[in-house]
Amino acid sequence: MKRHLFVTYLLLLLLLAGCTVSSAQGAAEGASSEATVSIQNKGSDTIVNLALAWAERYQALHPETRISVTGGGSGTGITGLIDGTVDIANASRAMKAEEIDAAKANGIEPKEYVIARDAIAVIVNPENPVNRLTLEQISLIYRGVITNWMEVGGDDRPIVLLSRETNSGTHVYFLESVVRLGNKSDKTIFAPETLLLPSSEGIISEVRDNPNAIGYDGLGYVTSEVKVVAVASRAGEAYVLPSAETVNDGKYAISRDLYMYTHADASQAIRDYMDWILGPEAQAIVTDLGFVPVNP
Amino acid sequence: MKRQEHSVTRQEWVINLVIKVSGYSSILFVTLIFLFLMREGLPALANAPLSSIFGARWYPIEGYFGIWPLLFGSVIVTLGALLIGIPFGVGTSVFISEIAPPWLNNIIKPVIEILAGLPSVVLGFLGIQVAAPFLRRLLDLPTGLSAFTGAVLLALIATPTIVSITEDALNTVPVSYRQAALALGATRWQTIWGVTVPAARSGILTAVMLGVGRSIGETMAVMMVTGNAAVLPHGLDALFKPVRTMTATIASEMGEVANGSPHYQVLFFIGIVLFVLSLAVNIVASSMSLRGRTRSERVLS
Repeated sequence: MKRHLFVTYLLLLLLLAGCTVSSAQGAAEGASSEATVSIQNKGSDTIVNLALAWAERYQALHPETRISVTGGGSGTGITGLIDGTVDIANASRAMKAEEIDAAKANGIEPKEYVIARDAIAVIVNPENPVNRLTLEQISLIYRGVITNWMEVGGDDRPIVLLSRETNSGTHVYFLESVVRLGNKSDKTIFAPETLLLPSSEGIISEVRDNPNAIGYDGLGYVTSEVKVVAVASRAGEAYVLPSAETVNDGKYAISRDLYMYTHADASQAIRDYMDWILGPEAQAIVTDLGFVPVNP
Repeated sequence: MKRQEHSVTRQEWVINLVIKVSGYSSILFVTLIFLFLMREGLPALANAPLSSIFGARWYPIEGYFGIWPLLFGSVIVTLGALLIGIPFGVGTSVFISEIAPPWLNNIIKPVIEILAGLPSVVLGFLGIQVAAPFLRRLLDLPTGLSAFTGAVLLALIATPTIVSITEDALNTVPVSYRQAALALGATRWQTIWGVTVPAARSGILTAVMLGVGRSIGETMAVMMVTGNAAVLPHGLDALFKPVRTMTATIASEMGEVANGSPHYQVLFFIGIVLFVLSLAVNIVASSMSLRGRTRSERVLS
């Protein structure tokens, strides 16, 4: 008799499990028929804090819109846009031609917005006496040609190269504009000894701790515990520290546009959000977070 | 009465079926996973040039798919973990099973179980904030993010596995062995080192092999502390240089690759290599434990 009960109980459980699934589906359908819109926003880790700040402010203004923001790297966001799992892809680099082709093959026409500008700061440990480098010196350091701080006027210490992972837009930008000095036919890559760290925080914490290290990161991420190096675009020119002014007047050499990509035929809610992002209120947040607003 | 008997046999039949299905399903799942890995990974050999796959450089966004540095990275971190983990793990289990008084065992064993339950990402966080800076200063390394730091963390992760299996092996050594050794005038240390541990060696080898399996598949902790630089070794000091393991490579790159691209296929190919490695480790481990059993049966008969 007891066994009988047990089996009945099991069956009941199974039935109940079935019930909960179907009622959950019912609830989801009920929610989507209301006015709430949910927007999936994913991509660049450089932009993620900015996108989160925007999403919070926008949701406070428009409670019917839900925006979920996740990082993961520019490549991750763009892949999501191509697969159709992401509505707005954040990218710290422009989409590559093959990515646009892949999107078109999936029936998606990507639309590009430049939403802010970012300066890449080259950072060293505060104990490191090196205060300034030319773009060429930085390139030679990351190519593995210059391997000791003595060669650029520092102490007799080995140089430990830090970089973001290859799925980071910052990595690709740094490779093309700094390591290759913008020369498109140059196929040099980072020295194999370069440490590829999975996060911006990883780079900041290693530079903060290790006097041998050199790293780079978006200006918005740089804390006061590391030292920003002044950069000259070539030997003999002025060494410039990154800031909103030096980026906008073009004096600081390592700066780039930040992008968001949507489908060309995105819903009205997404278009409204993009218009708001380019407006004055959202661009004020850009300045607060250490990025450079786009000039109207 | 007869009706009830009938329903009992029916129940037996259903329960038997459920148990059988769950038993066979594990075989089915492993087979399906293996087939999936093969289907996604083997085309890499056709679509990426072989000279690139067996080259010395890993930089996938520019078409360098050399897996040697990654294989080397996984192997050196695992070997390092064993160098640290085996003496530590075996020592701990000898202490637990031969030396420690029962009240101390009641403290040590739960603590080791807690160590086994710690998520590796938490250990990785400790590694990046505490172990890496400490080891850099202690050993005067260019950076603490190195294979050695990864090996230390992996040793911690593999220790609970090694300890629990070694302890079981030591406990199955008959008490009469120890009594005989002591009766012959051996000291406690001579008994442990000369009799108990050798008698349990097949169990200890199994523990070590399972520790290898645990280490080579570990991802998060090594990704956080080994620096992820895909370099081939230039000398014996490679243990103290940054390395990039196969697991960390898959974990950090799988999210960004386009489905079906050569990079995607090469990542799955690395998955096959990992699968085959851990399969080999498991086969060696189980053949060792089987051999050990037959030997002890031979001794006892």
